[in-house]
Amino acid sequence: MKRTVFRNPWLPYALVAPQVAITVVFFFWPALDSLRLSLYRASPFGDRLIFVGLRNFERLFNDGAYLRSVFTSFVFAFFVTFVGLAVALLLASLANAKIRGLAVYRSLLLWPYGIAPAVAGIIWLFIFHPSAGVLPYVLSFVTSYQFNWFLKGWVALALVIAAAIWKQFGYNLAFYLAGLQAIPGSVLEAASVDGAGPVRRFFAISFPLLSPVTFFLFTLNMTFAFFDTFGIIHAVTQGGPGDATSLLVYKAWKDGFEGLQLGLSAAQSVILMLLVITLTAFQFRYAEKKVTY
Amino acid sequence: MSSITRWSAVAVLVACVVSVPAPVLAKTDIQWWHALQLVLGERVNEIAAKFNASQNEYEVKPIFKGSYPETLNAAIAAYRAKQPPHIVQVYEVGTQTMLSSGAVYPVFQLMKDNKLVIDWNDIIPPVKTYYSTGGNLYSMAFNSSTPILYYNKDLFKKAGLADKPPATWDEVEAMAKKIVAAGGKCGASAAWPSWTLVENMHTWHDQPFADHNNGFDGLATTLRINGNLGVKSMEMLARGVKEGWFTYNGRLNKAEANMAAGECGIFLSSSAFMGNLARQAEGKFTWGTGFLPRLAGFPQGNSIIGGATLWVMKGAKPEEYRGVAQFFKYLASTENQAWWAGVTGYLPLTNAAVKAMESSGIYEKNPNLKTAVSQMNSGKTTPNSQGIRLGNYPSIRDAIEEQMENIFSGNKTAKQGLDDAVAKASDILKEFAALYK
Repeated sequence: MKRTVFRNPWLPYALVAPQVAITVVFFFWPALDSLRLSLYRASPFGDRLIFVGLRNFERLFNDGAYLRSVFTSFVFAFFVTFVGLAVALLLASLANAKIRGLAVYRSLLLWPYGIAPAVAGIIWLFIFHPSAGVLPYVLSFVTSYQFNWFLKGWVALALVIAAAIWKQFGYNLAFYLAGLQAIPGSVLEAASVDGAGPVRRFFAISFPLLSPVTFFLFTLNMTFAFFDTFGIIHAVTQGGPGDATSLLVYKAWKDGFEGLQLGLSAAQSVILMLLVITLTAFQFRYAEKKVTY
Repeated sequence: MSSITRWSAVAVLVACVVSVPAPVLAKTDIQWWHALQLVLGERVNEIAAKFNASQNEYEVKPIFKGSYPETLNAAIAAYRAKQPPHIVQVYEVGTQTMLSSGAVYPVFQLMKDNKLVIDWNDIIPPVKTYYSTGGNLYSMAFNSSTPILYYNKDLFKKAGLADKPPATWDEVEAMAKKIVAAGGKCGASAAWPSWTLVENMHTWHDQPFADHNNGFDGLATTLRINGNLGVKSMEMLARGVKEGWFTYNGRLNKAEANMAAGECGIFLSSSAFMGNLARQAEGKFTWGTGFLPRLAGFPQGNSIIGGATLWVMKGAKPEEYRGVAQFFKYLASTENQAWWAGVTGYLPLTNAAVKAMESSGIYEKNPNLKTAVSQMNSGKTTPNSQGIRLGNYPSIRDAIEEQMENIFSGNKTAKQGLDDAVAKASDILKEFAALYK
C-alpha cells in the first residue's frame, strides 16, 4: 500500500478534524447522553432528575408490550431484509438482460428510492386505506374479503413490511445491477458453452460473485429496518392496531415524545443501539467469512 | 489588502451576522407557539393581527409548531435551552405535565401582577373547572371543544329515518343498522376514540374515570374504566363492530375523513370539527348535530372539554409579560370570544360571549353552533364530570386506544382489554407520581 507522507505532521489531523468533530457532536455525544439519561427518571422540563439505576430497563423487560415490540421488530426486519433483497435481486437479473427499452425500465425501477419514508407511507395509505383506498375498493368487486388493517394486526404488519420493501427497493436494485454488470461476461459465456442454463449460471456464478454486494445490502437493510422506518409507521398505522406494528424505534419515539417519559425512552434507544451494534458486529464476524471478494 | 484591513473586514462581517438588527419600530415581540392548522391556523393569525393593529407597543407573532405533541416538545426543548416562547398552546392532556413542570407563570398571577382584570367568574363552568387549580386559572383558556353527535341527513333519508339525531345508544344501534341495511358503508363511527368513547362516556354518565376525583383532588394513581359502564359500553361497541353497525376508523381524528366523505350515518367528534365538515360537505350532503347519546341505566353527568389552553413560560422580561397580559385581556373580550366561537366551532369561553352570540342571531342562522353549549348546559357538573387530570395523560390515552383496538378486533374481551389498559395506566401514573413526590 502506498503511504502518503505529509510534510506538516498536524495537517492530516487537521484534515480529518471536521469529520471527527461532526461524528463526536452528532453521534457520540447524543449516544452518551441517552446512555446517561437511561439511568434516570427525568421530568420533561428537566427540573427533576432522579437516579434510578437500571429501573427503566427493568420496567421494559417486565412489560409485555415491549417484548412484543422486540418480536415484531425482528419479524419486520427479517421480512424487509430477506424478501426485499430477493425481490431486488430477481428484478435486477431481469433488468440486466439485453432487452429493448432497458434504460426506461431501469429508471422506473430506481424511482421508489427517491421518495422519503413518510411520503412512501402516505402513498401506501392512499392505495390501501380500508374505506378510501383504491385497492380495497377494487378488491370488494372480486371478493368479499374485508381488507381492514385498521383492525387486523397481521394485515397491518404485512402492509408496512411491503411499504418498507418497496421504499428500499430502488437502492437494493441499483447495487445489484452494478454488481451484475461487474461480473465478467467471459465467465458466463464459458458456463453457457459447458451447457449451464440461465438458472444454473445464476446460482453457480452470479450469486456467489455478488456476495459482497449482498453482504453490504444485508447490513444496510437490517439497519434501515430497525432505525429508519419511523416515517412509514407514523404515516400509516401509528403502531396499531393494538400494538401490532409498534416497532422498537416507533415505541421509543412515542414514549419519549408523546409520553414524555424521557428516561424510559432513552433506555429503549440504548437497547436499540446495542441491538444494531451486535447485529452488525455479528455480521462482520461470521457472515463476512463466507463472502468472496 | 493588508492583513489589518482584512481582519477588520471579517470583524465587520461577523458583527453583521451576530448582531440583532435594530428594531425598526420599538415594538416588543411576543412569541406565540401554537398547533392549529388549516382554517383554524388562519383564525389564529387573524386574531394576532387584529391585536397587533389595535395597539403599537407589542407585536404578537404566532408560529405554527406542528401537532400538539410536537408543539409541547418544541416548547420543552426551547425552555431547556433557556429560549422559551412567551406563550405556548398545550393540549388539555398536557395540563398536569405543565402544572407540575415548574416552568410556567400562572396566568391568574400574571394578570394580577400587571393589574389587568379578566372576569374569571364569567368563564363558563366546564372550562373554568377543568383548568382551575385551587380556584385559580393557571393557563389562559383558549380553544375548548366538547364531543357532540353529527349525523348525515342524506343517509338518514335513504334509510327511511326521520330527520332527528339519536338520543340513546339503543337508538344509535337501531338507526345505524337501518343505514347499513340501506347500503351505507358506515352506520356509526367516532373520532378521537378514547376521548369520545371512554373518557366522555364516563363523565357523560357521571361515572368515575380515575381515582382522586379524576385526579383533581391529588395525583391519580389508577383508572376506573373497567367498571360496569366501561365494560358495558365497550361490549356494546365491540358487538357493533362485529355486527357491522359500528365502524372503527383509526386513532386521533382519522375517522373524520370518513364522515366528511359522506360515508357515516352517525358520528361522534369534537364540536370543532364543524368548520371542516361544513367546508367539505358543502354541495355533497347535508348534516345535523345532536347531544351525545345516553346509555340506559346510568345517571346524567356532563361531557368534558378537550382542546388546549395558552401557557405562559417563565424566563421572559417584565415588559414582555405586560404585553402577554394585554393580549390575554384582548382575547377574553366578549367581542373576540364571540367571533372566535362563531368562526371555529369552539366554545365561547364566557357567559357574556354566549349571550352576545344569542342576541346576534348567529345561532338561528346556524343552530349547530349551539349544540355544544346546550349539551353542556343540559348536563350536571359533578366530581366525575368536572374534567380529567392525569400525569402522562398522552401515554395513558395511547394505552386505552391500543386496548380498544384489541377489543374491537376480537383479540380480547371488553373486560380483559380494559383491565389491561388500567394496569398499564397504573404503571404510567406510578412513574409520574414518583417523579413529583
